[in-house]
Amino acid sequence: MNKLNFLKPNKENLSTYLYTGSFLFLIAVIDVFLGAFFEVNITFFLPGFIGFILPLILGIAGLRLIRIEYSGIPKLDLLNKNINTNNFNAILTLLIIFIIIKSIPPILSWFFIDANIAGDSKEACTGSGACWTYIKIWLRRFIYGMYPNELQWRINISFVLLIALAFVGYFATEKLKKFLTLYYVVIYPVIAFILIYYLISGGAFGLEWVETGAWGGLSLTFIVSFFCLIFCFPLGMFLALGRRSGFPTIRYISVGFIEFWRGVPLITVLFMSSVMFPMFLPEDFFMDKLVRVIIAISLFEAAYVAEVIRGGLQALPRGQYDAAKSLGMGYWKMHIFVILPQALKLVIPGIANTFLALVKDTPLIFVVGLLEIVGMLNLAKTNPKWLGFAMEGYVFAAIIFWIICYAMSRYSYNLELKYKTDR
Amino acid sequence: MKTKVKKIIPQLLTLLVVVLIFGFFTYNAQINMDNRGIEFGFGFLSQESSFDVQFSLIEYDGSHSYARAYLVGLLNTLLVAFIGIIIATILGVIVGIARLSPNYLIERSAAFYVEFFRNIPLLLQIFFWYFAALRALPLPQDTEPMFGVFFLTIKGLFVPRFIWENLDILFYSILAAVISIAVIRNYARKLQENEGKQLPVFSISIGLFVILPIIAFLIGGVSLSFEVPVLKQIATTSFIYEGGLGLPPELIALTLALALYTATFIAECVRAGIQGISKGQKEAAASIGLTPNQVLKLVIMPQALRIIIPPTTNQYLNLTKNSSLAAAIAYPDLVLVFAGTALMQTGRAIEIVSITMLTYLSISLTISLFMNWYNKKIAIKEK
Repeated sequence: MNKLNFLKPNKENLSTYLYTGSFLFLIAVIDVFLGAFFEVNITFFLPGFIGFILPLILGIAGLRLIRIEYSGIPKLDLLNKNINTNNFNAILTLLIIFIIIKSIPPILSWFFIDANIAGDSKEACTGSGACWTYIKIWLRRFIYGMYPNELQWRINISFVLLIALAFVGYFATEKLKKFLTLYYVVIYPVIAFILIYYLISGGAFGLEWVETGAWGGLSLTFIVSFFCLIFCFPLGMFLALGRRSGFPTIRYISVGFIEFWRGVPLITVLFMSSVMFPMFLPEDFFMDKLVRVIIAISLFEAAYVAEVIRGGLQALPRGQYDAAKSLGMGYWKMHIFVILPQALKLVIPGIANTFLALVKDTPLIFVVGLLEIVGMLNLAKTNPKWLGFAMEGYVFAAIIFWIICYAMSRYSYNLELKYKTDR
Repeated sequence: MKTKVKKIIPQLLTLLVVVLIFGFFTYNAQINMDNRGIEFGFGFLSQESSFDVQFSLIEYDGSHSYARAYLVGLLNTLLVAFIGIIIATILGVIVGIARLSPNYLIERSAAFYVEFFRNIPLLLQIFFWYFAALRALPLPQDTEPMFGVFFLTIKGLFVPRFIWENLDILFYSILAAVISIAVIRNYARKLQENEGKQLPVFSISIGLFVILPIIAFLIGGVSLSFEVPVLKQIATTSFIYEGGLGLPPELIALTLALALYTATFIAECVRAGIQGISKGQKEAAASIGLTPNQVLKLVIMPQALRIIIPPTTNQYLNLTKNSSLAAAIAYPDLVLVFAGTALMQTGRAIEIVSITMLTYLSISLTISLFMNWYNKKIAIKEK
């Protein structure tokens, strides 16, 4: 029989090491698992500190024993390679496993087991977990803001129409494809504006007028990000071209504009739009709060878009410019047909990141008194009937924002793969 | 001749448009201010502010001027930015390296952290920490101390205050240590270049850095004592800690949110930087006989830092600008104190918003000028 050396596991006694190691590791995991889920302490006979650290010691010993190089068992080799390369890695692995096991029960109980969703008042929330009743009751407010309940179908319809119109590109025939850019850059925003102006705002065709102060919640988040997104992109493109222009005046103006907006925080820009901008307009001229905010955010984000697009323009080899010029193309022709399509393709990830930042910046409009979803949450939180549910509200909003932003980043990643051209 | 005209006309037109817009704005502003009877000017800065600020690094109360209030706000902004940058850098570097770990679980946890925190608006995170998480902390009288001296309560974090004696001598000793380390490094480099000998520079530096301050403590008369915060009753049900250093919950929530959020971006910068070094560099360095430590120090890190530092500085800048969200939870930063309270009191929108914006702008421009200089310095010299 071969000698067993527990400090140096080897292949000869593979099964011995494997069984001992797995056994120790399993005991460690079971100890933590029972402690976390059933509050059973199987090491009660040990003094507190040793009982606390025992699973870690057992686990390290177990992982040490099963760390056998080229054992010939594919699964074991894979396991060792991925989570068990050395002692330090083994400790980290164990800590992560234990933290996951420990954190599951409190999370589960807060979200589901001890949570309440029934009822329609604060008294219905008796459990120690989350009070989803609060979200249920306030859901309309979180989505539509102060928009009158019986008119909310107008928001729904205009959003559905806008989404449907955005998908036109998928159904365009070959013949119409060349008009798609025109459609998305000019026609679509106009249609969107008309829809939102007449349907959501009302005031014509027998629709009741709803002032923008009543708009709010998630729908306002969408409206603001949608319009800012549409406006900041062309603006940013012109600024980027301006910054690379051969005319010194245009170049300096663009540089000044871009650096100014990039150097200040958005919150001061919004302050400016709300307290300083009205001073710059004729006295009898009134501009809606929402419009001012959309202009401010668009200008702000346009500067960031411009820098991203400039990166793409700079990355194009000189040959592209020379080739286009040698075909006799003028400035605009060259940029529209040769330069911009290639440059924009290069900067898709950057532009997606800027748009993501835009969506994440929309809650800031609380500065001027517009309440999108985060603002509504803060309002609901101070309602005397519903005090003490800040956590539920923020978790709810965080989940919504996370889904939106994560979906956007995945989409941009796919777009990047799709348009990746080898050069 | 024709091409010259062609060049000038678009420029003139743009200039004209810009001048017209600015002219229109100033004209209107003039009329509006005349109507309201305010005059443009910065004289108000020296007037008495007559409002109080909760948390201030310098001495301040209502009898000081608006200019002093501005300074208070600016210092508070810089404080948040400074603490936030330190925490975010440490966390970001750890997470960035963890994302490249061969350990699957560690890599996944780091990726989860990054994807989770970067996809939630910063404002929401600040609100979460301030209104939800920190409000769950115990009242001062129920607080269990951490390590006997830290008290984390709903009213903030109370830590012992350092009381130094002869602090200047300690500073001199540290300065002496830094200078002598620089001299020794220089000498060691020359020695290596000329004679090929290597000095253990790192251990000597550490030694100097520890020994000189210790000497200052032992014979220079420097001493350090702590003032531990003590619970004090101010009303029948109201308690507060006195002595020591109190960090308000606004500061904690803001720093925490800023650091956790920015760290995700720094982690991605670090990961991109390390991944950007081709494997060949490592192999080439190893094949000329450098030890693994030398490979890391002399070959990988200088190249990786070249990729890492510019975007990371950008993140520092973002953090500083994002610290203006402090206004949302009433941490008295530049925006809240100056563009908020001071503006409300004086009604001087144009002056105050301009000063605030210019302040942020000059911070940004200074850092980006420095970055341009740095980029030029470390850029690969190509022929």
